[in-house]
Amino acid sequence: MNLRNPTAPQLAAIKTLLFLLCLLPAVQLAAGWFQGSLGANPVEALQRGSGSWTLNMLLLTLAVTPLRRLTGLHWLVRLRRMLGLFAFAWACAHLINWVWLDLWFDWPAIAADILERPYVSVGFAAFVLMLPLAATSSNAAIRRLGGRRWQALHRSVYAIAILAVVHFWWLVKADVLEPLLYAVALAALLGVRAWWRELERRRQLAAAAPTAPQFKGKVIRIVPK
Amino acid sequence: MLIRRPADIPPSEITPRALFDTRRDFLRRTGLGLAAGAALWHGLPRRADAADTLGALAASPFSTAEPQTEWDAATSYINFYEFGTSKDAPLRNAHRMQVRPWTVRVEGLVNKPREFDIDDLLRLAPLEERIYRLRCVEAWSMVIPWAGYPLAALLRAVEPQGSAKYVEFVTHYDPAIMTTRPVLDWPYTEGLRLDEALHPLTLLTFGMYGERLPNQNGAPVRVVIPWKYGFKSAKSIVTIRLTEQQPATAWNKSAPQEYGFYSNVNPEVSHPRWSQATERRIGELRRRPTLPFNGYAEQVAQLYTGMDLKKHY
Repeated sequence: MNLRNPTAPQLAAIKTLLFLLCLLPAVQLAAGWFQGSLGANPVEALQRGSGSWTLNMLLLTLAVTPLRRLTGLHWLVRLRRMLGLFAFAWACAHLINWVWLDLWFDWPAIAADILERPYVSVGFAAFVLMLPLAATSSNAAIRRLGGRRWQALHRSVYAIAILAVVHFWWLVKADVLEPLLYAVALAALLGVRAWWRELERRRQLAAAAPTAPQFKGKVIRIVPK
Repeated sequence: MLIRRPADIPPSEITPRALFDTRRDFLRRTGLGLAAGAALWHGLPRRADAADTLGALAASPFSTAEPQTEWDAATSYINFYEFGTSKDAPLRNAHRMQVRPWTVRVEGLVNKPREFDIDDLLRLAPLEERIYRLRCVEAWSMVIPWAGYPLAALLRAVEPQGSAKYVEFVTHYDPAIMTTRPVLDWPYTEGLRLDEALHPLTLLTFGMYGERLPNQNGAPVRVVIPWKYGFKSAKSIVTIRLTEQQPATAWNKSAPQEYGFYSNVNPEVSHPRWSQATERRIGELRRRPTLPFNGYAEQVAQLYTGMDLKKHY
């Protein structure tokens, strides 16, 4: 197999494999639930598990672009949609578990949580922001929106990931180690983008404004806007 | 009639004398091996054997008749941050703690300060079984049959002075076997007002489910204050100090706006980050309403007459 340029069937196989791999933790959690092996508080275990996997998938989705750039494996971007949709599916599971198994459709309590508890508010905001991204994840939607607008919309995944990490940070009682690790990973993924952007900006500036000329004399430099 | 020698025991089947003589050891070792294997298989220490039971326990009118939480849940789903901040970490790590010998120093504003050996402490007053509700600040709850006697019995034995207003509990901290990350200000400390500490519900606790406390549940001695959030019920106590000033407490130092000194169970006062109106009883799926003072209002509400419990949370 040519790692740089997999054929269509090879890519399909990779996608299938990735799909099954992504499904694995869900199967594990579901099996744990039905076997009663999720510990003394299985509702909490589902809540934590689905939350962690939402974060994991979000970070994996955000890792695609840097990985692609570092490795030169451009086909990696073909896996990004699936990872993003898994993040959304986990977020749905997280929300449904909360509304159903945790609070058992106690709508006043749910509304109070969303409005009054900052960690729930930011988590819920992250979920709401995911809705348009999931809704515009098809090729047809990209065509309809146009690449530029689609990309602008999907940049909100940065905000979503930040909100998700804040959600986790604000809910732990004292030990912030785990959310801290997520925050560091997210900072790296966003930081490398900012850095590359800065490099690109400098490169363009340098191209636009050539280095100081070698001859002596008066130079009038005209910098195009 | 000819009595024939049975030929059905070939020499190879005959047990050598030495083996025969040690047959009971063999059984014991195999049994232990199997038990140890089973324990490992399950992740860890199972119910202790007969040597760890506490003997006869007097029944108490303070006990609830509600169904008790299963032993496995009560001994595996635990907040004991010194042994790790996940619920299952204490079960995995607390076995490192040596709980015998153990001494508890009772000091401060008392006429008879004293260092108690744990076995003397155990014999200071008759042990009772107290089946209490336990409500965690994280909105889950259990029903646990504790074994102990009122803390008041110990406090009276050391004769508090008139100036004593508070009781501080200092718990065991050994960085060699416990976390060294400064998640909380170690050692973990807790405290009560003296009248709370003398209340007959406040239990100096040595056991649960008729057995000695498992390490992860705060062996060898802890307090249980059933009308307060669980973190008030300090585990593995080494010092009890009577003071005039309100003692600093671990969670209050960590987040004063979230965990007050009193921390009475109160469905009306939310934790700033989550509601305390309902709780999940471990073993049940649906939440149930949380009761004021965790259902012990009749016994303890008078301790707080005239106090604004929204302010003194």
